[in-house]
Amino acid sequence: MAKKIKLNDKNTEFYEKIVELSGEQVALCDQCGTCSGGCPFVEEMDITPSQIMRLVMLGQKSVMDSKTMWICASCFTCTVRCPRELDVSKVSEALRQTKLRTAIDEISIEDISKEEAKKLPTIAVVGNFRKFTG
Amino acid sequence: MKIPYFPGCTLKTTAKNFELSAIASAKKIGIEFIELDRWNCCGVVSSLTSDDLMKHLAPVRNFLRVQEMNKQGIVENENRMITLCSMCYNTLSLSNQRMKENADDLQKINDFMHREDDDYKGDVDVVHFLSILEEYGFDKLAQKVTKPLKDLKVASYYGCTLLRPKSVGIDDTEDPKILEKFVESLGAEAVDWDAKSRCCGSYHTVNNIDIVYRLVQGIIDDAKKNGADAIITSCPLCAFNLDVRQSEIKEKNSDYQTIPIYYFTQLMGIALEIDKIELGLEFNKIDPEIILTKLNLL
Amino acid sequence: MKTGIFLCECGGNISNTIDLENVKKHLEKNDENVVVKINSHMCSGAGQKMLIEEAKKHGLEKIVVSACSPHFHEKTFQGAMKKADLNPYVLEIANLREHCSWIHKDIPDVATEKAKDIVGAAKAKAELDFDLEEKKMKLGDEVLVIGGGIAGIQTSLDLADSGKKVTLVEKLPTLGGNMAILTKTFPTEDCSACIISPKMAAVLDHPGITLYTNSEIEDIAGHRLHFEAKVIIHPRYIKDTIDMDQCLICNKCKEVCPVSQPNFWEQGIMNREAIYIPAPHAIPYKYLIDSESCLHFVDGSCNKCEEVCPQQVIDFDQKEERINIAVDSIVVATGYDIFDATRKPVFGYEKYENVVTALEMERIVDHIVEAEPPRKVGKRVAFVQCVGSRDKQVGNEYCSRVCCMYSIKLASLLKQSKPETDIYIFYTDIRAFGKGYEEYYKRAQNMGIKFIRGKPSHFTEDKETKQVMVTVEDTLSRDIIETEFDLVVLANGMELSKSSDIIADSLKLAKSDDGFFKEAHPKYKPVDTLVEGVFLAGTAQGPKDIPDTVTQASAAAARVIATLAQGEVPLDPILAFVHTDICDGCEKCLEACPPKAISMNNDGKAEINEALCLGCGSCIASCPLEAIDLNYFTNDQLYAEVEASLKLKKDNEKRIVVFADNNTTYRLIDACGVRKMKYTNYARVFRIPSGSRITPNLIQFAFKKGADAVFIGDSPAKSSRFEWANNVTKDNIGIVQNKFKELKIDSSRLIFSQFTAGDLMKFINEINQLAEKIDALKPISEDTKDQLFPTKE
Repeated sequence: MAKKIKLNDKNTEFYEKIVELSGEQVALCDQCGTCSGGCPFVEEMDITPSQIMRLVMLGQKSVMDSKTMWICASCFTCTVRCPRELDVSKVSEALRQTKLRTAIDEISIEDISKEEAKKLPTIAVVGNFRKFTG
Repeated sequence: MKIPYFPGCTLKTTAKNFELSAIASAKKIGIEFIELDRWNCCGVVSSLTSDDLMKHLAPVRNFLRVQEMNKQGIVENENRMITLCSMCYNTLSLSNQRMKENADDLQKINDFMHREDDDYKGDVDVVHFLSILEEYGFDKLAQKVTKPLKDLKVASYYGCTLLRPKSVGIDDTEDPKILEKFVESLGAEAVDWDAKSRCCGSYHTVNNIDIVYRLVQGIIDDAKKNGADAIITSCPLCAFNLDVRQSEIKEKNSDYQTIPIYYFTQLMGIALEIDKIELGLEFNKIDPEIILTKLNLL
Repeated sequence: MKTGIFLCECGGNISNTIDLENVKKHLEKNDENVVVKINSHMCSGAGQKMLIEEAKKHGLEKIVVSACSPHFHEKTFQGAMKKADLNPYVLEIANLREHCSWIHKDIPDVATEKAKDIVGAAKAKAELDFDLEEKKMKLGDEVLVIGGGIAGIQTSLDLADSGKKVTLVEKLPTLGGNMAILTKTFPTEDCSACIISPKMAAVLDHPGITLYTNSEIEDIAGHRLHFEAKVIIHPRYIKDTIDMDQCLICNKCKEVCPVSQPNFWEQGIMNREAIYIPAPHAIPYKYLIDSESCLHFVDGSCNKCEEVCPQQVIDFDQKEERINIAVDSIVVATGYDIFDATRKPVFGYEKYENVVTALEMERIVDHIVEAEPPRKVGKRVAFVQCVGSRDKQVGNEYCSRVCCMYSIKLASLLKQSKPETDIYIFYTDIRAFGKGYEEYYKRAQNMGIKFIRGKPSHFTEDKETKQVMVTVEDTLSRDIIETEFDLVVLANGMELSKSSDIIADSLKLAKSDDGFFKEAHPKYKPVDTLVEGVFLAGTAQGPKDIPDTVTQASAAAARVIATLAQGEVPLDPILAFVHTDICDGCEKCLEACPPKAISMNNDGKAEINEALCLGCGSCIASCPLEAIDLNYFTNDQLYAEVEASLKLKKDNEKRIVVFADNNTTYRLIDACGVRKMKYTNYARVFRIPSGSRITPNLIQFAFKKGADAVFIGDSPAKSSRFEWANNVTKDNIGIVQNKFKELKIDSSRLIFSQFTAGDLMKFINEINQLAEKIDALKPISEDTKDQLFPTKE
């Protein structure tokens, strides 16, 4: 069933917030799909990176219910290929931050077993917590 | 040549073999790493939002240490800061770039660091060891090689952070050659392959390990398909995923053919005939010695 | 000396704001040698008649018309001057409408006072005007066409048919350009070679066209309807005489040649020998030897062709020839290169065997129906759009306009020849804008060619099958497609041909942001350039399909014909000249003239070559003695008008002296007036040829005489006739700023800004900000002013 959406000031507000936080003019996205085609994580995502861009442009807050932004690991493959030189990684980060700043963490230290914690490199743990906690 | 050196956390823990082999190999060709006094964590991943200036404080503070080393005469007119870990390289470079391009941000950061003796002046350059080797000359390196890695087929794994984003990449983002040139200077054969800059899954290894298994397997399969005997990397996180996670894949599937993972400096050390103890080969998970022994390189 | 001053009411446009009677009284009160008249419409027949009659009646020697902008009626009044037996250059226009009455409607008293300054300045300058001789340059009918593709061919034929003498220079050994490589053309699918071959032959046969193929332009000197081109004719190593010993095209040489090289006209899918005729439809249809691959040249090991030639026409010793051609006009038809796909390593061109360019595909498709085609295509074929177009990553943000359509064409031709082929076109937007194009697109869909909306991110190659794996998001279904293809065709975009650079450099032709040559105006001068007499045809100006190229090529020919039909053109007398009595031969001006119009004569004095001087005034500041000068804008005149405009300034008043270049800034300020856009009444605007005319002395002089700020406006280098001028201006300003530093004068009092035609708000903001700035500053003290030029020695 097709979803009906409204295009109103509320949408614009969300759109503008993400544009400000990411520094990226999301409206420039041409929806060519280069980001999605090159994304090494796209198989794990529920919606594609280009859909993220589209939903942000439409100001749809529901974009934050998707797990795509958490799967994105800022590998910058999309960034270096986007024909409009948009940085999709930054848009993902802006969405993550928007969510994390509501004081909802994606991960807790208890989630990691002691055994794993011992063998994981420091950069993996720190990197992970910097991306998944506020 | 003496260069200020930023090790980063992981090189003191799970990636000791990277630091050991790098320092030993560099010394052999006349490059001395001088470890920064009181260095601190680089922050690991660069923050990507516009309002996050304070997250650049940690990386920038390290640059003050380089300034101090020059002031104290520990190094002479050496504004470069060498890094080994690709993630540190990336994070430090991106912060440094922002400081160099944005005087207001630099001022704010300096205001926050008011207890430091000096302000950061924005003239430190973050360089990766590979770039130093390129500058040193791969031809010259080849001349120093006493045990060419003959018949060793090496797949160079760049991962993400050495190349992307473009502004800090040490080589062409889509068609890098620097590691291949390095490999050839050691007398080994550089394998051309597709997965050389495909992400290994990075920090998902902490809480979403299946992603990492899938990506690592894809990378390993591509290396094998292209006939590689070994994979080299310069990132301790990539190394962990490719080495440790690969061995776990092997644990679950005994038929799985593994491929050894080395820090690029370890192979450099072999070619320069440095003792394997000094190269920390014992810390590599997948047996790094089988292929080297087979080719009479150890 | 009597000066006539004519104050125009402009039907109230001026007189409703400015009290012209008051101005008239002011002028008459201060000078008995003036005749001041007010008229309702000076530009009308009656107004002009008044000017002529009054001039004769009073024996007026100099004229000031105070009316609208000189850009409206300067020419009109220059005509009236001639009728009054006066030289057109002893006329000054005081711009009271655009620069005063229209912008200060709400402050009529201030406007009236400002009008006195403006007219006073014009009068001061007029008094120093002197007669200038308007020389004429005769125009001939010689035209150089650069580039022998379809654009150059069409232009040459049109020009030659109209009686012009055309020299066509083509760098390749045959005419035809890229069009000679194409298989068929969209949307009609008629054969490209069949369309272009007769035109190529017509060029060769036309008595009005001299054709040089295998030849290159080395340099072009001159400007404005008089050019000299140096052409290098590369050797073909075949004797080319009309008598008995000419080549009979018996092909024996080719049969014995051991070399095999990729043939450019087959885009490398077939090979040729080192001695070869470029293509079956080559014009001229002649052999040449490729010295880069011929073994005789490589290592001297082979003379087989020479031995076998029955006519003995092989001549390994042939040397390149250089000729000079003088022409009146030039058409640049240097065309495009396809985007070099190796700049997108993700697509593996030259690395993966089954990734080809669109031009290669043209040749593949052309041979596809042969029993043994040189290149098979396999069952599954993909076309990838926008390779090197619409891609900021490679610096090309523009659409190349033809790739969608040629891909549809190639796909359709392939499908018709090999219906079993599965064809996919990966696109971002299909642009089918031309006549019959949308219908052609629909026909392709109807044939079963599948269009998928998504731009592939990267390819990989299967090492064994050599198939190409394409990874792409179908942005409509949002699925990721990962599929093997037997052949992937890259729809390369267009870039300006690299061989155009020498033309751009020597003619100083501007390029637009897309890297193609820039037209004089995108709407009403689409084939002109900013260099008079140089026109653009075809894709050198921007990506185009064949119909648009041919249309533009004919338009360029028409513009050449219209230009040369004038027979002669007046030479602008506003050129530099030397006060030979002052010049001491220091030679400093030589370096200051980029067009190299200044030389030293036998008397050791500087001398101006009037054919080369462009009248920018850049040389003037270089002369320590003010011995070099510019007609109509002499040092004395500029000092006089600036001083006159500041004479009435009261102590509590502020003045900004604005020097506005005639091409852009002056017109822009006019446009502000036309739109009644208000800005500070401090501004007194002076028309100058370029910012570089303003010397450090003049700037200091303005401050000394009471200016609170000086504002110099000029065109940016890339759209200026004088691309060097901004640097000169910056140097001159630097000199003054150093002096300011020394004298502790606030540096923000002196501004240099660059404007394009639409920058109205930019001007208004900057001039208003400057006014606010000087309001906040203390006036410059008299002591400080004493130390500015001219200082009392």
